[in-house]
Amino acid sequence: MIGRISRDAWLVACRDLRIEARSRVVLDQVVPFSVLVLVLFGFALDADNRTLRTFAPGLFWVAVLLSALLAVQRSATLDRSDGTDTALRMSGLSPISLFLGRASAVYVQLVALQVVLVGGLLILYGVDVEDPLLLVVAGLVAGVAVAAAGTLYGALASGLGVRETLLPILLLPVLAPVLIGATRAFDDALGAAAVDGWAWTGLLSLAALILTVVGASTHSALVED
Amino acid sequence: MATTTDAGLGERDTTGSPRSRLLGIATLIAVAILGVLAFALTEPDVRIHPETGEEFGQFDAVRMLYVHVPLVIVTYLSYGICAVASIGVLVKRTPWWDVTAHTAAEIGTIFCGLVLVTGSIWGRPVWNTWWEWGDVRLMTTLVLFLMFTGYLALRRITEDPRRQARRAAVVALVAVLDIPLVNRSVEWWENRTLHQRSTLGELKIEDLTLFTLFFGFVTAGLVLAWLFLHRFRVGWLERAAIDHGVAAAIVERQSETSDAEVRRSVGEQPEGPEEGLVP
Repeated sequence: MIGRISRDAWLVACRDLRIEARSRVVLDQVVPFSVLVLVLFGFALDADNRTLRTFAPGLFWVAVLLSALLAVQRSATLDRSDGTDTALRMSGLSPISLFLGRASAVYVQLVALQVVLVGGLLILYGVDVEDPLLLVVAGLVAGVAVAAAGTLYGALASGLGVRETLLPILLLPVLAPVLIGATRAFDDALGAAAVDGWAWTGLLSLAALILTVVGASTHSALVED
Repeated sequence: MATTTDAGLGERDTTGSPRSRLLGIATLIAVAILGVLAFALTEPDVRIHPETGEEFGQFDAVRMLYVHVPLVIVTYLSYGICAVASIGVLVKRTPWWDVTAHTAAEIGTIFCGLVLVTGSIWGRPVWNTWWEWGDVRLMTTLVLFLMFTGYLALRRITEDPRRQARRAAVVALVAVLDIPLVNRSVEWWENRTLHQRSTLGELKIEDLTLFTLFFGFVTAGLVLAWLFLHRFRVGWLERAAIDHGVAAAIVERQSETSDAEVRRSVGEQPEGPEEGLVP
C-alpha cells in the first residue's frame, strides 16, 4: 500500500517537474518575481543596509510565500486546461498519491526558489549566516508546510473562475503561523535576533506534519468532482 | 419569493416561529440585564498594593470582560459546531450538515470579529495599546478570523452546491486546527503574551461579579441559539430555492424538447413518426 502510494507519487512528481522543466514558467517568471520582491523591499526601506539585515528573515519569507502563490496556482492549473485532470482521476491513481506527488513537485520548486532568495539576501542585503545548518533545516521544513498547504488549497481553488483572487485569501492565513515560525528560525540562523531557532523549527516540523496529513486525507474530497 | 413551506417549516413568510420569538424575547431581556449588571451594578476592579498602598487593577475596563470572555466561548462553540458539521458533510454528504456548517461558520466569524473588537477596547486602557503584535493569542485569533473570512468568501462563489460543500468543509477543518493554538497559547508561549492565564483567580471574582460573568455565558449562548436558528432556516430556504430553480429549469427544458429530439441528440433513431416539436 505505502509502496504503491510512494511509487505513484513519484510518477506524478516527476511528471509535474518534467512539465516545469519544459515550460520553464517557474524559472522564467516565478524566480524573477521573487527577486523583484526582494529588490522592492530594498527600495521601500530606503536601501538602509542595517534595516534590511534586521528584517531580512521576514522579508525573505514574505517573498517566498508570494512566489509560492504563483507556483501553486501554476501547479493547480497544469491539468485543467486540456482535461488531464479527468484522465488522472480515471487512471486509478489514489488521491493521496496525487496530493503527495504534486506537493513534492511544488516542494522541489520552492527549495530551488529559496536557494536563489538566500543568494539574494547575501548579495543584496549583505546578511551573514551564523548557523548554516539551522538555515537549511528550517528552510527545508518550512518548505514542506508551504508545499502541503499550497497543494491542498490549490486543488481547492482550481476550477473556480475566481481562483486567482480566492487562493491568496484562503492560503495566506493558513501559512501565517508558518511565516512566523520560519522567520523566527531565520532570525536565529542569520543572527538578526536572539531567539531559539531550533525550537521554532520543531514547531515548523509539527505544522508541516499536520498540514501534510490533513492535505493527504482530505484531498480525495476535492478531486472527485 | 420562497416561503418557509419549501423547507417544510410551515406556511409562513418569515423564518420566525412562536418558539423562536419567545427565544428572541428571552435573548433581548438577557442582553439588557447583562448590560445593567456589567456596566452599572458590578464594582470596578480596584485593588490596593500591599506594600505601597497605591490603587491598581483594571478599574472600569474590567466590565468589558463580562462581554469579551463569553464571546470567546461562543466563538469556540460556533467553530466547533462548524468542524463537526464539516466532518458530517464529508461523511454523510447531506445538505443538512452543509447548511449547519455554513451557519455556524458565519455566526462564529461575527463573534470572532466582536472578540477582536471588544478585546481591543479592553486592551487600550489596560495594556495601553489598541493592538499588540507580540501577543500570541491575539495573533492566533486574528489568523482564525482571517481563515474563516476566506471560508465565507469561498461560500459566496456560485457553483454546484455539493462541490462547494466539500471544498468549504476542507477549509473549515484546516481552520479549526488554529483553535487549540488560540486557547493554549497563553500556556505554551507564556513569555510572549499579554493575556493573563486565568482572570478568575487574579481578579478574585466572586458573588455578583461571578454571577455576571456566568450570566454573560448564558446570554451569549442565547444569542448564538437565536442567530443559529434563523440563519439555519435562511440557509435551508436558499438551498430549497436553488433546488427548486434547478427542478423548474429541468421541467421547462423537458417541455421544450420532444422525445424524438432527445433520441436524436444521443445518436438513436426516433421511433415511429416524429411528434410535433414545441417551438
